[in-house]
Amino acid sequence: MSLRVNDLRVHYRTLRGEVKALDGVSFGMADGEILGLAGESGCGKTTLGKSLIRMDGRMRHAGGTVELDGRELPVGDDRAMVAFRFHEVSLIPQYSMSAMNPTRRIGRMVGELLRSRGVTLDVKELESRLDLVGLPRDVLGRYPIELSGGMKQRMVMVISTLLDPSLLIADEITSALDVSTQQAVAKALLGFRESGYVKSMIFITHDLALTSHIADTIMVMYAGRLAEKAPSDRLTKAPRHPYTRLLINSLPEIGVRHQDRKLTGIPGSPPSLLDPPKGCRFRDRCPMAGEECAEDPPPVEIEPNHFVACWKA
Amino acid sequence: MLKVDNVTKVYKVGTFGGRTMTAVDAVSFDVRPGEVVSLIGESGSGKSTLGKMILGLVPITSGSITVDGVAVRPGKEYYRSVQGVFQDPFSCYNPVFKADRVFRLIKESYYPSVPDAEWDERVRSAIRDVRLNPDEVLGKFPHQLSGGQLQRLLIARALLLDLKLLIADEITSMLDASTRIDVLNLLAELKGRGLGVLYVTHDLSLGHYLAERTVVLRRGTVVEMGVTAKVFDDPLHPYTRQLLSAVPRLHAPWEEATPVTTCLYHERGATGGLLEADPGHFVACAQLSDC
Repeated sequence: MSLRVNDLRVHYRTLRGEVKALDGVSFGMADGEILGLAGESGCGKTTLGKSLIRMDGRMRHAGGTVELDGRELPVGDDRAMVAFRFHEVSLIPQYSMSAMNPTRRIGRMVGELLRSRGVTLDVKELESRLDLVGLPRDVLGRYPIELSGGMKQRMVMVISTLLDPSLLIADEITSALDVSTQQAVAKALLGFRESGYVKSMIFITHDLALTSHIADTIMVMYAGRLAEKAPSDRLTKAPRHPYTRLLINSLPEIGVRHQDRKLTGIPGSPPSLLDPPKGCRFRDRCPMAGEECAEDPPPVEIEPNHFVACWKA
Repeated sequence: MLKVDNVTKVYKVGTFGGRTMTAVDAVSFDVRPGEVVSLIGESGSGKSTLGKMILGLVPITSGSITVDGVAVRPGKEYYRSVQGVFQDPFSCYNPVFKADRVFRLIKESYYPSVPDAEWDERVRSAIRDVRLNPDEVLGKFPHQLSGGQLQRLLIARALLLDLKLLIADEITSMLDASTRIDVLNLLAELKGRGLGVLYVTHDLSLGHYLAERTVVLRRGTVVEMGVTAKVFDDPLHPYTRQLLSAVPRLHAPWEEATPVTTCLYHERGATGGLLEADPGHFVACAQLSDC
């Protein structure tokens, strides 16, 4: 087991009280697994990614433990996390377009970064990684401004994985890209795992179709909790949670036209996490909700590796 | 209704504007009343520049754009019938004013003589037309509304005018999957009112879902256009095929694009502009090595 998250709770401090962005999330990841994390905005997927590497000043670790490769990850302790950051857990941020130092040539910047971590730059190794993501080797002599969005994204991917982390978190890295660049980036991620640069990966996105291509397992979150987690194939073909079903139903695919088949969205919006309602959080928007939904549904393993938190599943 | 004829846009770039960059190069297409046309292209293809030129926000270098035979003339009369909705609904509102203030601004500048009571009724019916409950959204600040609600309010605002053409520039790319489809369905319903919609997007599946006709742009030129079903089911240009093969699908793996072996454009001896390969299906030169 590569990663084990137990009842993780992370709150945001705001003037109006604590926003319970992650409210008791538990899951495990096998060695070499790619986990796709999907859900609407505000469901806690970015919060989960961030809490595994660095909590910012507004976030508070309110409970739960995280274990990586058998060692406990001190997620709540910013100082103690330094030893793990980038060596064990690394992140490809959402803001890759502005993640690089604009005043340095890329090669020099990478050298400086590595030196700050006490590692010397192995140019051969770096070049083979550039080949893997399909970047020309001469990018090292260029400034970030000379690269296109997709190239910057891939350069940041190479930089984030230079220290061969055990766990890589990719947060919405394809949402600003065109389809063809998106495909290249997704394939590069798979290449990273094959070459052993990273062991396992959490791929955060709102694009279920793309996730199903690269992830082994997909976890759907809703309002700070796990809704459903299953192998990609199973989750897209036989979803059990009503939320997952509605999410897949609202996905326009090539081949679907408005005049032939009208897709529908999910009415309503997720509940406020300042004071989350008791019971199932999807109850108000759920077409199947009934009496028992006033109680919290626990995640149940209905089949091997298929977890659903719903009374009706 | 909307006629874009041989339009070119050249931007001056560089420190003193010494260099030029052609963003849009001799593009022609049209949008008829009651029709959604999607303009598909990757970043840098000039699709947003075209939208801005139609809205009169950017001047045209050469060529002509006309709506019902009248050239683009930024001003009150033009915007009465042509409106745009953009990508980011959050930055379209002033955060310190209530969101429905945008409706009052419309009344003040376009319909000052309409009595308040009648205007209120018009606003409420426009809000109902975009599938919102007026009591839930009126009197709220922008931060109290969701992105989908704000985007729909902007469409309602456009509907209050005597609208003929709506330019929808990436209007769903900031919305969640669950609300995105509602806004798309709304656009599809607007066709019934005889409204023409130009839907600018980089998302092929959304364009396919919605549009009657599709225009595929690449680096400022049209590579393929025509009836959506034809362009998507039987793409003729290698670029269109490559784009389509890169789209992730839920139950099928990525496939390599079928290569184009003969350039129809040259085979049939077309010159200038696009070749009409089938009725209503136009394609540009495939730019193979022997072209």
